[in-house]
Amino acid sequence: MEYRKEYFSDARREDLTEVGVTRQRSDVLGHVTGKTQYYADRTFPGLLHLKMVRSPHHHARIKSIDISKALKVPGVVRILSAKDVPQNIYTILCLIQVEPNDEPVLAFDKVRYKGEQIAAVLAESEQAALAGVAKVKVAYEELPAVFDVEEALKPGAPLVNEYHGRNWFTYEGHHCRRVRFGNVEEGFAEADHVIEEMYQSSPIEHAPTETTGCIVVPDQNERYACYSNTQALYFTLDNSALILNSPFHKLRLIGGTVGGGFGGKVDVITEPIAFLSAMLTRRPVKYEYTREEEMQVSSPRAAERIYIKDGVTKDGRILARKVRLYVDAGAYSRHSPYGTTKAAAHMPGPYTIPHVWVDCHCVYTNRTPSSAMRGFGVTIGDFALEVQMDKLARLVGMDPMEFRILNAYRDGDMKAHRKEVQGAALVECVKAAADLAHWPIGERYKAMSSEKREA
Amino acid sequence: MTKVAVQFTLNGQEQSEFIEGGSTLLAALRGKLGLYSTKAGCHQGTCGACTVIIDGEPRLSCLTLAERCTGKEVTTLEGLTSNGALHPLQQAFMEGFAAQCGFCTPGMILAAKTLLDRNPSPSRDDVIDAISGNICRCTGYEPIISAVLTAAEQLRGKKKNA
Amino acid sequence: MAKKRGRGMASVNYPTGMNLGGDPSQALVHATTTGSFIVTLSSVDLGQGLKTVMAQICAETLGVSTDNVIIDTADTDTGPHCMGTFASRGTHRIGNAIIMAAKEAKSVMLEVAAEELEVDSGDLETDGKGNIQVKGSPQKSISVLNTALAAHFKHGKMISGRGIFLQPRSYPEPETGKMTPATCYAHACTVAEVEVDTETGEVTVLALKSAYEVGRALNPRMVEQQIIGGAWMGLSHALYETTEPYYPDRSHGPVDFNQYLMPGPGDLPRFENVIIERPAPDGPFGAKGVGEMTANSPIPAIANAIFDAVGVRVDSLPITPEKVLRGIQALNG
Repeated sequence: MEYRKEYFSDARREDLTEVGVTRQRSDVLGHVTGKTQYYADRTFPGLLHLKMVRSPHHHARIKSIDISKALKVPGVVRILSAKDVPQNIYTILCLIQVEPNDEPVLAFDKVRYKGEQIAAVLAESEQAALAGVAKVKVAYEELPAVFDVEEALKPGAPLVNEYHGRNWFTYEGHHCRRVRFGNVEEGFAEADHVIEEMYQSSPIEHAPTETTGCIVVPDQNERYACYSNTQALYFTLDNSALILNSPFHKLRLIGGTVGGGFGGKVDVITEPIAFLSAMLTRRPVKYEYTREEEMQVSSPRAAERIYIKDGVTKDGRILARKVRLYVDAGAYSRHSPYGTTKAAAHMPGPYTIPHVWVDCHCVYTNRTPSSAMRGFGVTIGDFALEVQMDKLARLVGMDPMEFRILNAYRDGDMKAHRKEVQGAALVECVKAAADLAHWPIGERYKAMSSEKREA
Repeated sequence: MTKVAVQFTLNGQEQSEFIEGGSTLLAALRGKLGLYSTKAGCHQGTCGACTVIIDGEPRLSCLTLAERCTGKEVTTLEGLTSNGALHPLQQAFMEGFAAQCGFCTPGMILAAKTLLDRNPSPSRDDVIDAISGNICRCTGYEPIISAVLTAAEQLRGKKKNA
Repeated sequence: MAKKRGRGMASVNYPTGMNLGGDPSQALVHATTTGSFIVTLSSVDLGQGLKTVMAQICAETLGVSTDNVIIDTADTDTGPHCMGTFASRGTHRIGNAIIMAAKEAKSVMLEVAAEELEVDSGDLETDGKGNIQVKGSPQKSISVLNTALAAHFKHGKMISGRGIFLQPRSYPEPETGKMTPATCYAHACTVAEVEVDTETGEVTVLALKSAYEVGRALNPRMVEQQIIGGAWMGLSHALYETTEPYYPDRSHGPVDFNQYLMPGPGDLPRFENVIIERPAPDGPFGAKGVGEMTANSPIPAIANAIFDAVGVRVDSLPITPEKVLRGIQALNG
């Protein structure tokens, strides 16, 4: 891996000794000897295994839950349902005032996606727990479901989430997160070419090699220690305490070594119910996602549908960009209201465009709730933006590299969210990549820099 | 569930245990025998994290019945270090930055070891073939392939000097 | 039937930290009796190597060797608050918290050394090898070990420090979206070279050549780990992965790795990368977060390369052979 040190050389200090140099990882000896300890690399006598009863329907009312036969399965110790949860509210962003509360820990009146949690079976062995799950009888009344984001926004669409009263998250009175900068209609009128394109992604799973899970162990002092692979210990602790109506200091989160996260282990999905189980049984409890659960029940990266309308001059300057973006949040909010704002903040990409209009919708549908994944709010947006840039470049007959350099933001430019650009380096990256790939670009473009816009 | 007696060699030592009939080798290693290096990634036989070596061959311990191991030689990652010295594969993974989260590493190293044990001069394609049953989500595989080739070179050098 | 080659590019930026800020992290640093340093955190290492780079940051600030710094994480009983590891925030937020804590510890350490050497603490510097010496007169020195012993048992001083880093939370204006998403951004540009089989629609990525601007590469080989791992994941997103192959129809969702496809070691492109550093004024030694950005630019670069090769635009992910083949067939009429 080479350094292109000639760029920004005056901005760097070169007297560092411990950073800026490659040092051997402190954890790799443990990795290659198998001594690195992940949450599940522990045994506890009397460990109970938790397996979850899940909805087979995309959208249904729950008429009744009958656990009587399941309780008779040998090895089954206890079965928890919604009434056992002290505060049956699982809105993980309530700590940063994202409202309303819209998800239960265990479903009670309705299920809104296939795989939603309904009852937790605690048993002496995994097999007994699974046998118990099979014997829990839930009576459903199936409801019409909606799966397409634009269908979900139409009047008359099945209502996914009653807590919102509508199939979208409301941003301070607006039906979407908005960015308004300049006047796009003026920009389109002035442009030589206007194109509108649609981009679509489908949900993507984190697929860490280690599935999500935790083990909660009661200690001798009425406190509970949770060994977890969560990406955020305090976030997990605080949310769990709220759900359990427990003083915060009764709970302890231990972790810090995770077999791959990628954003899939920030949902605090296993810990609250595992804590509750340990509290009610006074025994250690393990709740580990199977690979099937990790694939279809754990939150994925949201599918996004993005419409981009651009106005460009014949000499390659983008004058106006109008973006309509739909985040498929699935049945519940989780982190999507935050991610949708991030998507809006990312538009229109690292380019200086005088007129920008953005509407980012956080939409509810009857599918697995989506959540954070590597590049949250940005990855799919970048796919749409950069394919669009390629189309624009070809439309005006410009080389794609040169087209980027021309439109790239420079220090001091104003962004669509009204912040001045600082520390820009897109031009240099494009030039260096072109160089690396032996992709010729014109001298005029080679002379450009992020630090100032040329005359 | 009835218990079954199993007698096998584990990392060079004779092992005699009573295990639950029908339980997997993976469950026996992690539960009964307290060896945690072998990881459970899927319990479906599709990720390779549970790979161990049985009689010289890489095997998925999540799909192997513990009782079928009677009389066999089983090696887990714990068995790779001899007298505290790292195997060249372990050294090469370290120096080659071939591990990030480390969860796939035990299975990966053991799969690679079975290759090097039978083919001391593997090509890049041989290495790719040998590790194709082991999923890694972090590294992008490239540093792993390099590490295995480096270890092969080391082992050939050692043999020459022996 | 032919194999057609093409190339495409994409350029992106990526914000460091939680969008709109409001994501603090804290760190505690203390010296042991014999002059090793412990950094206590509740931060999580996902495999990106947070524990290593945090030790380096602490060591650089203190002026000691990284080998002398131990990272103790994560237990909420002992570690102070950390928002978590996500949003490419770890190096930036936790690193800055550690710098603050280490600076406080260092100032006490130098005070104690100054008393032992009977000089002014402003006249002292660390040699990075476990000693504290008088600037210009290195023969007048005391080891960090002896300084620590003296602090503990003679002077009754704590060589320790506390640190926190918080980017104050910004609130978007509802009408205009005026907001402060982040204070620094990393950049990337990727060129993808592909070969498309016009008979099967299969796409082989031959090479991914990228330039990354990362602020400061605090541990270059670990940055490379993110670059290659991220590029692989980007390739995987572009061509393989989905939990709903018929989205928005939920049928046939994969439940194991036989059905959830990702590229294997036999599907790798050639990776070529260069690094550019434009230090972030508020980054630890200028570092920006890179863990997420590295998966992003390859995706559209590959899509654009496919167009270059066969004239087919697939504007939906994943770009499966089926979609490419349909596109080719549509072009041929």
